[in-house]
Amino acid sequence: MELVYIAAAVILAAGALAASLGMGMLGSKLLDATARQPEIAPMLQTKMFLLAGLIDAVPIIGVGISMYLIFVVAPGLA
Amino acid sequence: MAGGVYEQPSDYIQHHLSNLALGNHPDYGWGFYGGDKVADLGFWAIHFDSVVWAILMGALFIGVFASVARKATADVPNSKLVGIVEATIEFVESTTKDIFHGRNPMIAPIALTVFVWVLLMNALKFLPVDLIPYTLEVVFGVPYQKIVPTTDPNVTLGLSFSVFFLVLFYSFKVKGFGFIKELSCNPFSFKNPVLQAVFIPVNLFMELVGLIAKPVSLGLRLFGNMYAGEVIFILIATMTALGFSFFTVLGGASQLAWALYHLLVVPLQAFIFMALTLVYLSQAHEDH
Repeated sequence: MELVYIAAAVILAAGALAASLGMGMLGSKLLDATARQPEIAPMLQTKMFLLAGLIDAVPIIGVGISMYLIFVVAPGLA
Repeated sequence: MAGGVYEQPSDYIQHHLSNLALGNHPDYGWGFYGGDKVADLGFWAIHFDSVVWAILMGALFIGVFASVARKATADVPNSKLVGIVEATIEFVESTTKDIFHGRNPMIAPIALTVFVWVLLMNALKFLPVDLIPYTLEVVFGVPYQKIVPTTDPNVTLGLSFSVFFLVLFYSFKVKGFGFIKELSCNPFSFKNPVLQAVFIPVNLFMELVGLIAKPVSLGLRLFGNMYAGEVIFILIATMTALGFSFFTVLGGASQLAWALYHLLVVPLQAFIFMALTLVYLSQAHEDH
């Protein structure tokens, strides 16, 4: 019954891949916009943090569930 | 488990991830249970530690803000506490003005409560993992204790569903029947009533799924962040259990690094919870 760990690993890998791509794009757009209009940099940063939190949402829910799989479900099975 | 001696790390992790549940056990009767015995307490089991710590943080919030508000004066804030409270209120007020465009005097207090309460509940993560659970175990013999309420899905989903009911209440109050109309004709709307009637179930299904997804994602996002952070804090704590060696130093360094990272995550999650609450409430107040 070691498939639980593989399942948790897949959840983590997919979430991490998606989040990092999203964050990369978000960061690059932030830098472009700041370069174009430096005076609105603070406002852009608060928006960036809000969006970073939202991008993080699904992968972190995935991390939460995979941690649950690893530490609660897996010992229960074994 | 007695006296905190654990055979393997997973016992330590298991122990620190289970709540103290108050419930009626089929064979042992009423009492506090934890770990695997919680499963057969059935539906009527209350996570006692989450409830107590959530209420404590709420009381702290109300006490501090009320006492400062009572002493509020127009001139420069004399103590740091007054400064902090004023800064928080101004921050919440400006965010509310940016996001919420309706006219409802209740919205800013709701946003302030959500923000500061979630922030205080999350801030309990900065305490070392074993500080309170171990002292409670030694002093009062409390077997299980998870002090951060937001690592308990019941608490976060409870928060997000109460926000959801607020959204429904204001939607019906402001839009009345228009809310049902908005739900049933939104994506596909046609002049021809027959064609519109055909598409009502399709619209309703899509809109209701979207409506339900809001509180669930709001609650699970906060839970996921805090639960994952808590598990990693506990993992780091197990590293320091191997006596003084390279791992202990590494454990201390990673504990510090993870706590510093959470200096960003804790307020950010509280801010996101408040911002999304405001966004959903302002959507509820939009009246075309």
